[in-house]
Amino acid sequence: MLYSEKVLDHFTNPRNVGEIADADGVGEVGNAKCGDIMRMYLKIEGDVITDVKFKTFGCGAAIATSSMATELIKGSTISEALQLSNKAVVEALDGLPTSKIHCSVLAEQAIKSALSDYYTRQGIDPEPIVGCIADCEACHEH
Amino acid sequence: MNKHYVYADNAATTPISKEVLDAMMPWLTEGYGNASSIYAKGREAGFALVKARQQVADVLNCKPGEIYFTGCGSESDNWALKGAMHKLAAKGKKHLITTVFEHHAILHTAAALEKEGFEVTYLPVYENGIIHLDDLKAALRPDTALVSIMFANNEIGTIQPIAEIGAICKEAGVLFHTDAVQAIGHVRIDVKAMNIDMLSLSGHKFHAPKGVGALYVRQGSIILPNLIDGGGQEKGRRAGTENVASIVGMGVAIEAAHRDLEANAAKALAMRERLIDAALQIPHSRLNGDRVQRLPGNANISFEGVEGEALLLMLDNEGVAASSGSACTSGSLDPSHVLLSIGLPHEIAHGSLRVSFSDMNTEEDVDQIIEALPKVIGRLREMSPVWERIVQEDAANN
Repeated sequence: MLYSEKVLDHFTNPRNVGEIADADGVGEVGNAKCGDIMRMYLKIEGDVITDVKFKTFGCGAAIATSSMATELIKGSTISEALQLSNKAVVEALDGLPTSKIHCSVLAEQAIKSALSDYYTRQGIDPEPIVGCIADCEACHEH
Repeated sequence: MNKHYVYADNAATTPISKEVLDAMMPWLTEGYGNASSIYAKGREAGFALVKARQQVADVLNCKPGEIYFTGCGSESDNWALKGAMHKLAAKGKKHLITTVFEHHAILHTAAALEKEGFEVTYLPVYENGIIHLDDLKAALRPDTALVSIMFANNEIGTIQPIAEIGAICKEAGVLFHTDAVQAIGHVRIDVKAMNIDMLSLSGHKFHAPKGVGALYVRQGSIILPNLIDGGGQEKGRRAGTENVASIVGMGVAIEAAHRDLEANAAKALAMRERLIDAALQIPHSRLNGDRVQRLPGNANISFEGVEGEALLLMLDNEGVAASSGSACTSGSLDPSHVLLSIGLPHEIAHGSLRVSFSDMNTEEDVDQIIEALPKVIGRLREMSPVWERIVQEDAANN
C-alpha cells in the first residue's frame, strides 16, 4: 500500500477539520460498519461556498480525500462544487491505491450530500440539481 | 524530536539477530557449494543442513528425518492440508476440521479443498479466542481425515489447548496438524507429548531470515505426496536446491530462541502487560482475546471511534511500527476475520491495534508507545463523527 506524499501530507496535516456551527448545509455519507464516515459542513453566501469543514472517521485515504475535497471547493461556486468528481480529488492527491478509490467517491458524495441539505433547507427539491446520492455506494459494490 | 524507531510488529516479521547473521555469512560467501555435490564444498553444505535439521528436531522433540525444509509457513500449511486430504481421499476420508480464525494460508487452502469437493467444518472460537474441545469432539466424523488448528493466533495471540486437541485426535485416529508459525520460539512445543502429527513453522518469526520454513511430519502418520518433483532434496518430496544459508540461519535461530525462551517470554510478557494496562486507561478501549492464554509479546486492543489504518499511519509518524485488523490495511472493506470471529462488531474491529514485542524490544519502546497512543487516538477522535456520537451517547446515559 503506497500512498503519495500528497496523501500523507493531507492525512498528517488535514485542512479544514472541524465543524461550522451555523452551517448552511451539512451532509454525511458512509457508515461505521464499512469503516468510513464523512461529514461535511458548508457555509454558502450567494452561490459561493465561503467556508467548508469536515469530520471523518476512516483510513488515511478517507481523511486525505476529505481534506483535499474541502480545499478544492472552498471559495468555489455551487455549480463548480457539484461538478467536482472523485477523479479530480484523486488527481489532486497524485493518485490513490486502487483499493482506496472508494474513499474519493465518498468525498464527492459528502459534498453532494451537504449541498443537497442546503437546497432542502432553502425549500428546493435537491434531486434534480444534485442527483441521487447512494448510501455508502462503495460498500454495496462489494 | 529525537525519538527512536520502535519496531513493534514482530508477529509480522522479526529482524535477523546478529548470532543468526554470523552463522549464515559463511554460506553466503565461501560456502557456496551445492549440498547435493560429492566434493568437500558440497559435503560441507550438506553437513550444515544435517546440523540445522537436528536443531529444529531437538526443539520440537522429534527425529531429524521428520523435518522437511520449505520456503515459508504458507507452503508448509498448503503441503500439509492438500497433501493429507488428497492422500486420504483415496480411503474415503473427505472431511477436514479447522477453525474460523486460522491464518489465510489455512483458510484459503481449506476453501480450495472445498472447491475440489472436500467438506470442511470451521470450529467457532468464542469471545476469548479459544475453541471449545466439545465442539471438536462433536465435529469428528468417521470420514474426518485431518484436524488443523493453529497453535497461536497471528492477530490476537490466543493459544489453543493443543495437547488436549492432540489427545482427542489420537483417540479418534484422526491426523492432527497445527500451524505453529506464531508460537514457535515463544512457547515450548513437544510434538510427542502433544500428539502433533504435522506442524508448520516459519523462520522469520524468530529472527531467522524470510523465505525459509519447515514442515514436521510424524513418521508413521502419513506419507505426503511430493510437493515439488525433481531432485532428491527433502527425500525427493520437496525438490529444489536447498537455501543453505537460510536453513542454517533458521537452525541457529530456533536453537537460540529455545535456549533463552523463558527469559525472553518473561520480558515480552512484562512489556505487553504494561502496554495493555496503559492502553485500557484510554476510554472506550478493549483487549481482544484471552489475557492469560496468549503469546507473551502480543497485545491486541480496539479503540472505538478511530480507524485502524489511520491509527497506524499516525503511530508511524510518532516512530512506532505496529499492525491492525482494519479492513483498510488488507485492501478489503471487511475488517479482520479474526476480530469478527470473536464477536467484535465491524465498527469496533475497524479500530484495532496489534502490538507484538520480541526480545529485542525494550521498556523504552513501551514508554514511547504509551506516550504516543493517547495523543494519536485523541487527534483521530477529534475529527471522528463516530466518536462524536459515542460522546453524545455517554452524556445521554449519565
